[in-house]
Amino acid sequence: MTTPNPQNSSTLLRPNKPVGIVGYGAYVPRYRLPAREVARIWTGGKGGLPIKEKAVPGLDEDVITMSIEAARNAMARAQIDPVELRAVWVGSESHPYAVKPTSTLVAEAIGAVPNTQAADWEFACKAGTEALVAAMGLVGSGMAHYAMAVGMDTAQGKPGDALEYTAGAGGAAYIVGPAEESLAIINASYSYVTDTPDFWRREYQKYPEHGMRFTGEPAYFKHITEAATALMQAAGTSPADYKWCVLHQPNTKFPQRVAAQLGFSPEQIAPGLLVPVIGNTYAGAAMIGLTGVLDIAQPGDRILMVSFGSGAGSDAFDILVTDKLPERRGRATTTQAYIARRTEIDYATYVRFRGKLQMK
Amino acid sequence: MEIARHWRLKQQRYGLVGEVCPHCDYKIFPPRDVCPNCGDEAKTQYAFSGKGEVFSFTTIYEAPTGYDANAPYTVAIVKLDEGPMVTAQLTDLGDQPIEIGMPVEMVTRKMRNDGDERGIIVYGYKFRPFGFVPQR
Amino acid sequence: MTDIVIAGIGQTEVGEHWELSLRELAYRAIKAATIDGGGLKPQALFVGNMLALNLSNQAHLGALLADYAGLPGIEAVSVEAAGASGAAALRQGYLAIASGMVDVALVVGVEKFTDKVGPDVEAAVATAADSDYEAMQGLTATAQAAIIMRRYMYEYSVPANGFAGFAITAHANGAGNPYAMFRKAIKPEAYARAEMVSEPVNMFDAAPNADGAAALLLTRRDLLPKSYPHPLVRIAGLGAATDTLALHDRHDPLWFQSAQLSTERALKKAGIQLDQLNFFEYHDVFSIYAALALEAAGFAERGQGWSLAANGAISLKGRIPCATLGGLKARGFPGGASGVYQAVEAALQLRGSAGANQIVGARYGLIQSLGGPASTAVSAILEKVD
Repeated sequence: MTTPNPQNSSTLLRPNKPVGIVGYGAYVPRYRLPAREVARIWTGGKGGLPIKEKAVPGLDEDVITMSIEAARNAMARAQIDPVELRAVWVGSESHPYAVKPTSTLVAEAIGAVPNTQAADWEFACKAGTEALVAAMGLVGSGMAHYAMAVGMDTAQGKPGDALEYTAGAGGAAYIVGPAEESLAIINASYSYVTDTPDFWRREYQKYPEHGMRFTGEPAYFKHITEAATALMQAAGTSPADYKWCVLHQPNTKFPQRVAAQLGFSPEQIAPGLLVPVIGNTYAGAAMIGLTGVLDIAQPGDRILMVSFGSGAGSDAFDILVTDKLPERRGRATTTQAYIARRTEIDYATYVRFRGKLQMK
Repeated sequence: MEIARHWRLKQQRYGLVGEVCPHCDYKIFPPRDVCPNCGDEAKTQYAFSGKGEVFSFTTIYEAPTGYDANAPYTVAIVKLDEGPMVTAQLTDLGDQPIEIGMPVEMVTRKMRNDGDERGIIVYGYKFRPFGFVPQR
Repeated sequence: MTDIVIAGIGQTEVGEHWELSLRELAYRAIKAATIDGGGLKPQALFVGNMLALNLSNQAHLGALLADYAGLPGIEAVSVEAAGASGAAALRQGYLAIASGMVDVALVVGVEKFTDKVGPDVEAAVATAADSDYEAMQGLTATAQAAIIMRRYMYEYSVPANGFAGFAITAHANGAGNPYAMFRKAIKPEAYARAEMVSEPVNMFDAAPNADGAAALLLTRRDLLPKSYPHPLVRIAGLGAATDTLALHDRHDPLWFQSAQLSTERALKKAGIQLDQLNFFEYHDVFSIYAALALEAAGFAERGQGWSLAANGAISLKGRIPCATLGGLKARGFPGGASGVYQAVEAALQLRGSAGANQIVGARYGLIQSLGGPASTAVSAILEKVD
């Protein structure tokens, strides 16, 4: 065996050319299903609730339409010409088609066609951050000046299942570009993956299966902890160096607990912890959490974001806000404005909106 | 199946791409070969901002085939800021009352299936109330 | 040029004819018109129809109906202009005779709505709108009328129930028409209580889609048999016009430009003034269209069309009686046959055969048929010839 090159053996994913976020945009659909409505139907109202309510897409919405809106918001903040995008990548586990890309339609709608890469990504709840890492690589290598990565979901939960309380809808789009044009620089990322069967959905199945308590320790907690720890170790940082921390958020408790275990305070995770009011947006979860932070962060703030996707893996990001953020964030709708735009629905309406009524 | 037709109209459907008359600067949507204002030939593309106001509206309870699964829904004539009017569904209304003159903005939504659920999903413009966006 | 006269008229009752096909309906009207016309033999058949292609999967109605009606070999063609199809066919029949190429023309309007039901009918009717930019949005004909009506009420401050007079007049008149779908007068309270179809269009503001066929036998006056049994009715003037297909493409969606143009053209051809008209068979498929037609023709100022219904001016004894045999509202809306029904009804008035609904001393009647929101308008002035 040859001796590994120290450069090659670094576990960090860091491009040669510094990159960052030049634009970001969120989307949350208007409708909300309170968790107590699910409990009313399935448990007679008994038992604790994992969140307050979740966002539900309207009858005319899906991952394509939601990605388009988030992408438009990102474009509005970046103020770049869409023809300069060399990638439009959408990560989701609810792509509307089994075969036919979400990304080409999103690219067409924002005017990015035809000189662009387009692809759909899938890795349970970290499909979006996967695309984000790839965008860093594409831009950081010099292959592209700008690349867009979207994480968006209209998550599925089997009626009556624990996931039905939380399976929400929403996500975010990011435009990655050169660090000098960025509202936040991505210093580095780190990915940690293993084969861990905590959650899956087989082909042709409408709803996913999950390992109940197995989804906790060996899956969510293990991967987030390892990814966050490894990134901080390689970067030489500790939780105190970060003003904010954004974690994948399948429910309210998990991110609170893992944050505490890692040494982050409730204040550090507060602006990025949206799951109580929009639910688990799966591939969009960490990505939209970060938009909540960027909506309020100040130049110089450092942010740690760690996603988690079942199956399983985590992507961790070390992000530094620049002085370009305050001016740009005002150019599009804030995540909190989307959250405040809210119409509560009952379980029956939810059943109709989500296509759970047997029509034939 | 009408895939070629839907494909052909994608710029109009996704981006409200119309025309500006090169002779009289009149903004045209939907695009047409002859400017309705000056009668000269028009073909210069022009993307509309998607902002406008409700000229009039109603709600459809008895919908045509292909739209019945979404009924009731609201259809309006929207007067675009650039001038032309367009027929479009209003969406994301929640419990919000609609009024003539209400500002709206374009969004891209699912319109219908091409045929049944085995066909392509047709996407296009709808409008929704404008105003929850922070004003600058 | 010699007068072109309506020698024969025929119609079927308007309604849900579950047991009758499109061709059978058409034949009944043709047969009635042929008998009424005293045995004149047509050389050409003009069919007015809007929806057979969608609702009966049937094109090529000219050959079908010529064959089925026992008129083998004659020239036959169908004419389509949405709800104005029948009147457009009348126009074609008139032109054929006026050109000198045809001596006797048969015009039949036929519509068979009930071979499909529900959403399929809405979808078929919506094909008359701009498919790419209106129907694509799920727009229906009723919704289009509702959009116009709401804006009209907003701009002209029309009170709630301001349009009631249209339905009340139509239903009162329908009571005297044995061919009408509805033959019962309604009270203002019934209108006020009516369920909304598409706000602000309520159940009584929209005419019912129904099956029906009507036919006319046209010829030159000099070709009539000496024994011709009816008072003579001639076509004094005919005018046709178009407007944008899509409502949103109009600068002024509250003005029926094609209705104005076609009326003007018909009046000019007839050489008469508006105030010489004794009645007006308008296209009241929706109350708002009746109001706009009154304004376009010049019977009312802009924004005031509804008040003619509210103040009784359109009733049988009013200033300008309208929908004298029930109109589309009470007689029923047999789609592309409507314009031919209007001509049949006007002829009955001018012959003095309108029974209890007779307009005494009627000499000139205006009929006007619209396709969509007056994207097409065909107007005709019929005259009783002494």
